[in-house]
Amino acid sequence: MSAIAFPAPDAGILARRDEIIAGLSGLVAPNALITSDDERRPYETDALTAYRRMPLAVVLPSTTEEVAAVLRYCRAQGVPVVPRGSGTSLAGGAIPQEDAIVIGVSKMNRIIEIDYANRIAKVQAGVTNLAVTGAVSAEGFFYAPDPSSQLACSIGGNIGMNSGGAHCLKYGVTTNNVLGVKMVMLDGSVVEIGGSHLDSPGYDLLGLINGSEGQLGIITEATVRILRMAEGARPVLFGFPTSEQAGSAVAAIIGAGIIPVAMEFMDKPAIEICEAFAKAGYPMDVEALLIIEVEGSDEEMDAQLARIVAIAREHGVTTVKESKSAMEAAAIWKGRKSAFGATGRIADYICMDGTIPTGQLPYVLKRMDEIVKGYGLRVANVFHAGDGNLHPLILYNCNDPVEAQKAEDAGMDILKLCVEVGGCLTGEHGVGIEKRDLMTYQFNPEDLAQQMRVRAVFDERWLLNPAKVFPLEGRVAA
Amino acid sequence: MTIHTPTTEAQACAVVKSVVDSSTPLSIRGGGTRTGLGRPAQAASTISSAGLTGITLYEPAEMVIAARAGTPLALVQETLAERGQMLPFEPMDHRALFGSEGEPTIGAVAACNISGPRRINAGAARDSLIGIRLVNGRGEMIKSGGRVMKNVTGLDLVKLVSGSHGTLGFLTEVTFRVLPRPERLVTLQWSGLSDEQGVALLSKALGSPFEPMAAAHLPAGLAGDQARTLLRLENFSDSIEYRAAELSLLLGEFGVPDRLEGEMPSELWSLVRDAAFFAGTDEAVWRLSLAPTNGPKAIATIARGLPGARWFYDWGGGLVWLAVPPEDDAGAAAIRGALHRFGGHATLVRAPDAVRAAVDVFQPLAEPLMRVTVGIKKSFDPDGIFEPGRMYAGV
Repeated sequence: MSAIAFPAPDAGILARRDEIIAGLSGLVAPNALITSDDERRPYETDALTAYRRMPLAVVLPSTTEEVAAVLRYCRAQGVPVVPRGSGTSLAGGAIPQEDAIVIGVSKMNRIIEIDYANRIAKVQAGVTNLAVTGAVSAEGFFYAPDPSSQLACSIGGNIGMNSGGAHCLKYGVTTNNVLGVKMVMLDGSVVEIGGSHLDSPGYDLLGLINGSEGQLGIITEATVRILRMAEGARPVLFGFPTSEQAGSAVAAIIGAGIIPVAMEFMDKPAIEICEAFAKAGYPMDVEALLIIEVEGSDEEMDAQLARIVAIAREHGVTTVKESKSAMEAAAIWKGRKSAFGATGRIADYICMDGTIPTGQLPYVLKRMDEIVKGYGLRVANVFHAGDGNLHPLILYNCNDPVEAQKAEDAGMDILKLCVEVGGCLTGEHGVGIEKRDLMTYQFNPEDLAQQMRVRAVFDERWLLNPAKVFPLEGRVAA
Repeated sequence: MTIHTPTTEAQACAVVKSVVDSSTPLSIRGGGTRTGLGRPAQAASTISSAGLTGITLYEPAEMVIAARAGTPLALVQETLAERGQMLPFEPMDHRALFGSEGEPTIGAVAACNISGPRRINAGAARDSLIGIRLVNGRGEMIKSGGRVMKNVTGLDLVKLVSGSHGTLGFLTEVTFRVLPRPERLVTLQWSGLSDEQGVALLSKALGSPFEPMAAAHLPAGLAGDQARTLLRLENFSDSIEYRAAELSLLLGEFGVPDRLEGEMPSELWSLVRDAAFFAGTDEAVWRLSLAPTNGPKAIATIARGLPGARWFYDWGGGLVWLAVPPEDDAGAAAIRGALHRFGGHATLVRAPDAVRAAVDVFQPLAEPLMRVTVGIKKSFDPDGIFEPGRMYAGV
């Protein structure tokens, strides 16, 4: 695939590669600088593997001071910088360019402080999402945002993309769970924004930084909220004869004043793919499946489930299957969370991430099916039903360039559909390079120019992750 | 003084363009109940949201409501209540504290990020605000966010504008996510605890699986002779019974709680939400935001230097409302000195204009962040027409 353009590399920078590497080598520990072809290769793409660019060099700092020194140097030299967490972006947020230095935070992976009385954890940016929960789970706490890639993805990357997950219906996304960051600005100055308290003074820079996709600075530390786990949690499978019935059941549950901790939707192709992989006991004779998770004591879960089951029955549910053990519950979630990986075993796929008003669900499901079939391809749907965040997986063969182009085109058509019905291009994966050129579809020129002027306050020369988020044409400085 | 009252977004844009041409700064006015927030800002003319009213979208099953900025907050709340829903963040009403009159608007709730006791669990106004439309200082109509609750498309200008006190633009329409109203509320009350004990109780409760939705400590003398430590539970009735019993057991070391139901506790929580214990006095009122367990420590230090100070704790101890004598710097040096040691920041919410003009109302920012703040203001409002000096002198 080659539809998405990258800026032409700056020949002057490429010509100065040796000099730039020599300059960097004086700023960081010897093992923090990666320059050989073989060692750079893992950094040439992220989870949007159809695109790759070999970076000029990769730096893996161990301290905030090293990050500051490298950024200060790159700014002085006019060299672009691509920040990187764990490289799990599905939108190409961490894909480099030939004239850029990758700054990866993976070595900054220390938990700095845990404070249970104040319910916060202070961690370095390279700590993985799951490691935060791992560090506090013995005391019964957890970190709420849970993207499917949580085993690998970093807190720094989560902040960059404002990551969500299956449980944000109740607990919110990253921006609702981060209280403070330490960030290095492009000029090398180190700032602390927020802290151990619930609101920060002045403009909400923390809110701006969450989801800014590495364009405003590099996060080296974060203070996040940790929450006490519920006494118990129970995912339950609800099988429906049609997607429309599953969708109307979701609306009715919310209408009844019930906010389950998670409501996940899978259509038949997704059920088949995930069941073959995870053996979770998903019903195979239904067209749509909801995984609804309730929390609380056994009695509370029983009571809440009874309410949900009654509503589901009114909407034609044919299968209700409760997890009877922790192992069954884990299998149910394993199936859902490995949906992308399991799909990858049977075909290449691209994963879309639009959000729609949930009332539009039946219409959008039907239209998506028509769109993808129109390109002669197949789609499997898994998504967060409670908040309308869709994840259609478009299956294709990446060795067939024509089919690859069709898959990409189908994806773009789906995202436009999401905007048309009142939704947005991306709910939790970010814009990256993937959706960059659709931004003009969701925003008018004034909207985008305002965003770009804010961006320019932090990076007036477009050196930080410059190929991302905003269309390459029509960029605005301060 | 000129008051512009546009009734359409196009008119609002035209007003802004005209004042840019004549270089006359604009104050922004909603219901006029919170004009005391921030530094006293003098502007030659005013733009009012009074002509932009009405709910533009309400989808209960999608848990989303949108309204024009001048819509009375009360109308939004009544509309939601009719369908068994509510704004999640329990916005404070400033009328008691400021002695102001009028109808608070939904636009000001967004512009000033106004939250209440539920913030500890359900997030602030900025966490529920999912979409805005505003006129920037170039007279352009700008949108950010939308009507869906999960949206990471582009930079999050929604949050940047929330809490900017009108300095970045004139909001015309705001969209919030909403939540179901709980079936039942119960407040548990422990009596006679010290500040340290009270906050320790709240920390233990908030670190339990029983999800208190609000957690406050009122020292002795504020609402009765005895200190009162309050936890509010909100849920279905069967859950409330269970959780109240479990919490009483878990917190047994602090004594046996009273159980408050019906109208009385909601009045009490309104006093907490609105800091109304300080209504009608001439005290200067501060709002301190810090790590909950540091609340009592900071207060112990501050109170030694400011005789006559009164205070209470919300957000499990992480929000301290502090009333002090209004003289001199209204305690600014003592308060910010203590916070330098204990972390967090302080905002001067109520004080005579002369004091609010002389001391930093918002916590002073580190130099790089101040530079960013000035840059962001300029990016929205290059000629500095909106609320000049409302947050920081010269910005």
